[in-house]
Amino acid sequence: MTIVKYVKVAAFYSLVAFIVVVSVFPFYYAILTSFKSGTALFEINYIPRNFDLSNYVTVMTGGTFVRNLGNSLLVATLVVALALLLAVTAAFALARIKFRGRGLLLLTILAVSMFPQIAVLAGLFELVRAFGIFNTPLALIFSYTIFTLPFTVWVLTTFMRDLPIEIEEAAIVDGASPWVIITRVFMPLMWPALVTTGLLAFIAAWNEFLFALTFTSSNEMRTVPVAIALLSGASEQEVPWGNIMAASVIVTAPLVVLVLIFQRKVVQGLTAGGVKG
Amino acid sequence: MASVPDSSIVAPAIAASPARSELMRQRLRAVGWFLVPMLAVLAIVAGWPLARTIYFSFTNASLTDLYGAHWVGFHNYLDWKALKSGRILWSGLLVDAAWWNAVWNTVRFSVVSVSLETLFGTVVALVLNAEFKGRGVVRTAVLVPWAIPTIVSARMWSWMLNDQFGIINDILLRLGFIDHKIAWTASADTAMVAVLIVDIWKTTPFMALLILAGLQMIPRDIYEAADIDGVHPVKQFFRITLPLVRPALMVAVIFRMLDSMRIFDLIYVLTPNSSQTKTISVLARENLFDFDKFAYGSAESTMLFLIIALMTIIYIWLGRVRFDGGTR
Repeated sequence: MTIVKYVKVAAFYSLVAFIVVVSVFPFYYAILTSFKSGTALFEINYIPRNFDLSNYVTVMTGGTFVRNLGNSLLVATLVVALALLLAVTAAFALARIKFRGRGLLLLTILAVSMFPQIAVLAGLFELVRAFGIFNTPLALIFSYTIFTLPFTVWVLTTFMRDLPIEIEEAAIVDGASPWVIITRVFMPLMWPALVTTGLLAFIAAWNEFLFALTFTSSNEMRTVPVAIALLSGASEQEVPWGNIMAASVIVTAPLVVLVLIFQRKVVQGLTAGGVKG
Repeated sequence: MASVPDSSIVAPAIAASPARSELMRQRLRAVGWFLVPMLAVLAIVAGWPLARTIYFSFTNASLTDLYGAHWVGFHNYLDWKALKSGRILWSGLLVDAAWWNAVWNTVRFSVVSVSLETLFGTVVALVLNAEFKGRGVVRTAVLVPWAIPTIVSARMWSWMLNDQFGIINDILLRLGFIDHKIAWTASADTAMVAVLIVDIWKTTPFMALLILAGLQMIPRDIYEAADIDGVHPVKQFFRITLPLVRPALMVAVIFRMLDSMRIFDLIYVLTPNSSQTKTISVLARENLFDFDKFAYGSAESTMLFLIIALMTIIYIWLGRVRFDGGTR
């Protein structure tokens, strides 16, 4: 009996170990590769043996990578701010006031967040050119609203719905208008939700690829994912793997740290919004 | 649809005093002011472009000449021309082998990836739901693939799957699973496998978290009762856990299904130019911007939109899934 029990425990912990290793290993290996240069790159090893920062130096000083980082940061920050601004009031209306067509509206918003991006690509391209914002960060801020806005509205609506009604009733008795209720009563309670939603929307915008690839054309205007995707050597044999891994680590490390810090909130927001980063 | 667990204020039907209805009017006015900006932005950024894409699909627009386009009806979808010999020549999307290949790739990818992600996601969720030492570490580790940008994971894995210097081949050789190095992303047989590996690695955490949320809502005492009755754990899983977690599972599967149908970035970076993995989104973008067949690409985009819309409607209709988050 005890042997069976030991086997069971051992099996369970090997499963746990397997899950952890599979989850973390690729990132670990990217870090390991990013510290290699020259011929060391092509020797496979499982534990760190090299500590060569030359890939990081090349990525940060040569080319436009720093500029690309700036673009990504600018676009993601502004698009999240814009989405949150519009979403807070909309979520209040959707969550706290009963009106006809509310269910349909919620469904439409959810449907928009599930839009295949490619379905709007042609039309957005036309708009971006017509507005004269092709190959500028504005094109990306504009187009990213299509997924950040429905998502923030949706998640904030589910959060606001759970706020106790007594608080709102008390405010109404005191003669507060809906605007005052939002800004003075709900906002202080909403901070955690806003941080979570903002973080998830930020990650989505930071990672976006299709629009960034299509609406920018020069190296200086690209965002980080596109820059990394297009980082290549003169030929198939000369792919600069060391640089690619260094760039990948630079972009990913802050995200991983953020996600780990806000772990609990991220999980909450994900399950409320059902969104994939 | 949205039978919201109600915390919104409704005027009582009987005691509708004038002051009370004034309050309701004020609140309804607020609905307009609060919703209009958001809806206007969505209309500009989603509604209008979608309508224009659909319009372009019925024209002969080209990238260089968007506005000189004129209406060609269903030409991009299906058209025919009678030759002098009496033979009928069909043309358009619906008789295009490249299109059907992309449809097949997309469906194949979606079904396999979502099925496996559901399976692995359930396993991970069950592990995370168990109580053991170091659970926090596992939960943290599982979030890592989710936090890594798709493009970055595509490049990380294409390095790991490299035929000459890739660590995956090295591991498999050492373990004796293969006897020669495999060109995972380049060879036609394994390109789709490579894409699936990366997608499953990246997305299983999301699945696991959604399923875990469902698992945690199951009251513990049900299991205690089952234990007392001497129900075998395996039977408990199929008779208690699975039926109770089904709503959460369904929502997760639908979200992932709709999401996987539109996959673009992973395939664009991991296996460029492989006809084995080219999905609808990749094909449509190629026609739109690389081959200057703007109208044709629009038609393909429109078709993908229709497919996804149709799937959503069928799901809602059949499964009566509640999207309003009211799965409690």
